[in-house]
Amino acid sequence: MRIVSAGRKPTSRLEFGQIGHDEPIANRILILGAGTGGTLIANKLRRRYGAETEITIVDRDDRHVYQPDLLFVPFGLVAPNSICRPRSKQLRRGIEFRIGEVERIETEKNTVHLAGGDALPYDVLIVASGAELLPEETEGLTGPGWGENAFTYYSVEGAAALRKAMESFEGGRLVVNIVDMPIKCPIAPLEFCFLSDWWLKKSGLRGKTEIVLATPLDGAFTQPVAAKMLGELLERKNVLVETEYSTGRVDGEARKLHSWDEREIPYDLLVSIPLHGGSPFVASSDGLGDALGFVAVDQNTLQTKAAANVFAIGDATDVPTSKAGAVAHFQAETLVENIDRFLAGKELEKSFDGHANCFIETGFSKALLLDFSYDVEPLPGKFPFPLIGPMTLLRESRIDHLGKLAFRQLYWHLLLPGRRIPTISAQLKMAGKDASLLRPEGDNG
Amino acid sequence: MTTVTLAGTPVEVDPEGFLEKPEQWTKEMGEEIARSAGIEKLTERHWQVIDFMRKTYLDTGSAPSMRALGKTSGVAIKELYELFPKGPAKLAAKIGGIPKPRGCV
Repeated sequence: MRIVSAGRKPTSRLEFGQIGHDEPIANRILILGAGTGGTLIANKLRRRYGAETEITIVDRDDRHVYQPDLLFVPFGLVAPNSICRPRSKQLRRGIEFRIGEVERIETEKNTVHLAGGDALPYDVLIVASGAELLPEETEGLTGPGWGENAFTYYSVEGAAALRKAMESFEGGRLVVNIVDMPIKCPIAPLEFCFLSDWWLKKSGLRGKTEIVLATPLDGAFTQPVAAKMLGELLERKNVLVETEYSTGRVDGEARKLHSWDEREIPYDLLVSIPLHGGSPFVASSDGLGDALGFVAVDQNTLQTKAAANVFAIGDATDVPTSKAGAVAHFQAETLVENIDRFLAGKELEKSFDGHANCFIETGFSKALLLDFSYDVEPLPGKFPFPLIGPMTLLRESRIDHLGKLAFRQLYWHLLLPGRRIPTISAQLKMAGKDASLLRPEGDNG
Repeated sequence: MTTVTLAGTPVEVDPEGFLEKPEQWTKEMGEEIARSAGIEKLTERHWQVIDFMRKTYLDTGSAPSMRALGKTSGVAIKELYELFPKGPAKLAAKIGGIPKPRGCV
């Protein structure tokens, strides 16, 4: 465990004019959001700095959800209460946890305002407030039928309600609809289709059920090699894919989706992945976010464009990679280093490469693994060791499924506490990947 | 990379016909791309969207998604579909000479 680096001396409150002169250190680090990114960065910083650095983390409640398991709830594979733990219990001693609703950030005064009037001053601020679901932004989605034959499993309550509906489902048209990008874990809707196929077969209902995936993308996934392979897998499992489907409204009474270009999709059971947006306080804080409320950051340093002492991590950012826990985990290494450099008045490291990595559950106790970055699309191969694996990339295997299940334990015991996961590096590695499938120019945009 | 001639000038395009180098683009090329996509005449409303897309791309390095376009371009999504049938964000990007919007990974 690292204690304060040698040579650092506790100083009074940071004055920004001083940076670069006597290496002053911050003593108030404030983190907004105690989800995956916020918790792991708080724990990493707590290990790095001594008691002269105050670390405070704010969230609106004390329930931390292991979100990857939401997918399994509708199929009765995990119980909703087993995927939640108190946020406060995931934080190291010496981190102050506060419950409160953030109203806005006043970057020019280095202050965060909470609902109810409290003001929290900071020297360094980290926005880790994630992405929120906005089902009410789609006309009709939360109208008639919502909670009866239209659900989302992207929340604990929604997943539990869908579980009940699945239990009494008698067959028909099951439509999985991504309203628009970006969404958390963009691969999860495909996993839902794969698991539905498995679950319906097991329940004897597959013969009388059509599974439809209606997606705004022009294929199963955004990146060509993975889109082709996942597209083939959907076809093999007899999942119909409606591409470039941009949902305009939901008619709950007639049980139909309508796209903006007037394509209708009837359903008996609708599984909606609603619009996502950043936390409302991002939009209320001048210059911090984009049109959807995601924090505008430098995609390699994670420093916000609004203020030099404000950073962001995880789903809250606008970086063009997946919104996923693994991304927050890889970003954390860059962020800890850059907070240190910022405090020392040094140039920031442009080390975050968009690295994302995720298991895709495909049903029948199999899964496959994707590993990609800003510049390298998901490719087949072995992971983490070339030739040996043991995991396979972009091809179904039983060991990838076991990897996905084992990750639950790694999450609570290694990832959230901010420890390194052995053999997995923060930057993407090409070793073990089959690059022959890339377009010759290496252009994957 | 393929080279095609637009408005009398050779330019490089990707396999779907999006310009590889936004700096090679001219308004005349935009009009020609629009015509081949079935839009005979680009109106002021079309240009409002195209100019907004292009400016956002040149300022930020990425083109806005359709949803962001509906919120910030001053043209609502319904009208965007009337102006650019099928896929407004994609088509406006193509006409405006910027790369295909990446629809976040």
